[in-house]
Amino acid sequence: MRGEAILSIEGVSKSYGGLTAVSNLSFQVPAAAIKAVIGPNGAGKSTLFNLITGIEAPVSGGIVFDGCHMNGLKPNRRAALGLARTFQTPQIFENMTVLDNVLVGRHLHGKAGLFAALFFTGASRREDLAMRSRGFEVLEKVGLADKAHEEAGDLACGQLKLLEMARALALDPKIVLLDEFAAGLTRQETEHMMTIVRGIRDEGVTVLLVEHDMHLVMNLSDEIVVLNFGEKIGEGTPEEIQKDERVIEVYLGTEV
Amino acid sequence: MSKYRYSQATAPRWFSLSVFLAFVAVFPAVSPNAYFLNILGFAGIYVLLCTGLNILMGYAGQVSLGHAAFWGLGAYISGVLTAKFGWPPVVALAASVVGTCVVALAVGIPTLRLKGHYLAMATLGVGMIFHTFFVQFADLTGGPSGLVDVPSFSVGSIAIGTTLGNYYFIWAWVAIGLMGALNLSQSRMGRALNAIKGSEIAAECMGVDTYRYKVIIFVLSAAYAAIAGSLYVHSINFVAPATFGFMSSVLLLTMVVVGGIGAFWGPVIGACILSLLPEYLRAYEGLEVLLYGLILVGVMMFMPNGLAPLFSNLRLRFRSVNRAEGGG
Repeated sequence: MRGEAILSIEGVSKSYGGLTAVSNLSFQVPAAAIKAVIGPNGAGKSTLFNLITGIEAPVSGGIVFDGCHMNGLKPNRRAALGLARTFQTPQIFENMTVLDNVLVGRHLHGKAGLFAALFFTGASRREDLAMRSRGFEVLEKVGLADKAHEEAGDLACGQLKLLEMARALALDPKIVLLDEFAAGLTRQETEHMMTIVRGIRDEGVTVLLVEHDMHLVMNLSDEIVVLNFGEKIGEGTPEEIQKDERVIEVYLGTEV
Repeated sequence: MSKYRYSQATAPRWFSLSVFLAFVAVFPAVSPNAYFLNILGFAGIYVLLCTGLNILMGYAGQVSLGHAAFWGLGAYISGVLTAKFGWPPVVALAASVVGTCVVALAVGIPTLRLKGHYLAMATLGVGMIFHTFFVQFADLTGGPSGLVDVPSFSVGSIAIGTTLGNYYFIWAWVAIGLMGALNLSQSRMGRALNAIKGSEIAAECMGVDTYRYKVIIFVLSAAYAAIAGSLYVHSINFVAPATFGFMSSVLLLTMVVVGGIGAFWGPVIGACILSLLPEYLRAYEGLEVLLYGLILVGVMMFMPNGLAPLFSNLRLRFRSVNRAEGGG
């Protein structure tokens, strides 16, 4: 029902010294779908995100995104391919305004360099204006437009998560990786965030998320992949995962 | 729509900068004497140096403990080309900027792969190497006793070498440097630099080529220092290596931090106050170093963000008073 795979993880392994964080992992993320990665603490979820975004390099295996082998590409090159992410602990630029944070996400859509910066040329002025209006659009989408000129460091936890989301969307990405976006949010904030995530999926953006809230995962995801000690132990639709005996045994327990 | 206008954030600072530069322009008319004007010229050189250092440290968050080396390099290139090879000073100024930028690029490419303390140590080492170079290449640089007979600035046949001429020539460059820094802080590149300072990983994941930007900004801050060096050497017609040692790098750092690191006005306030302060402390003969130290400690204890926030608070208070009066 969904499109072809936009992201394929192909036999990826990563270890730190003797500790294996991800072991020969393979799965695919179909385009314009919401896929969740779940598993107990230490299952390798955050490592997986760092491998996909290029913050860490795999020991073996490769990652193909939108037809491009990404091995050896720096994170900024991967962002240019259309890959955006948020962080488990929000990595907000605290001494900048909310709008300026989003404009950093818009960085790749501008080309004004040092000369334009120093002398504020007409071209850079026009570019800046276009960036700003797009920045506001994204802030309106997540509901932070009224905070645009406030210092990002003054925002509450839930607003920081929204700002990270807005900053990621400002890239106009093909895929967004969301690392525990609901952690620390109230129920209401979580619902708001889920609406946003569904909205971007419906616009054709693929979503890959790591999340502990099972209610959220089962409601939101089109597909789920389950990790345990760096290995894949299950994959399928939410219905299939909830019936998978091995997954129930190691992670879900009998409560779901 | 009005809220899309980006003038909001920049306008007050453009206003303050214009007022400041206008003040600088008319000051010679009310200056008590030529000596004081001379001191202010040197203050301008420090403003330029500190603004360049603030771009590197305050905007982009990269530490440099060897910034005086680029100041020295700019001064020596300009000094040697004019005194030994007879180049016109203005051409030598351009050559010193180009030469210093090339050296900064060669230094920045390996060192900017380092972070935090390691970068600080590397820049410290680079500063020491440069200082040794100034002392040892005596044939060119004049060695420890310095290079003499450096000509004053002249543009074509118009000589600038008076106190007043130097004052205006220096502050014209400072004005350009300040406008560049202000534009930069509000630009796409400025935001990317600020992002690197905030979270390098997040900046990288937003598509910012963090390493490349760090190298570019390192070279730009060296260019500011090179201009300051050339202005310095042609103002006092002399240059000696002792001016560009480690303590000089520390002084620049102190000026930036006391003024307010990262703030646009920080380096201006810090450089002006710390270059004028010794002149006023001279009256307390014997205690001047002690007082200087106490003032620094006091500022850092009670104003850890430097003096710049004090000034912007005053401005805010002034504005709210105005608003209250207007509203009442």
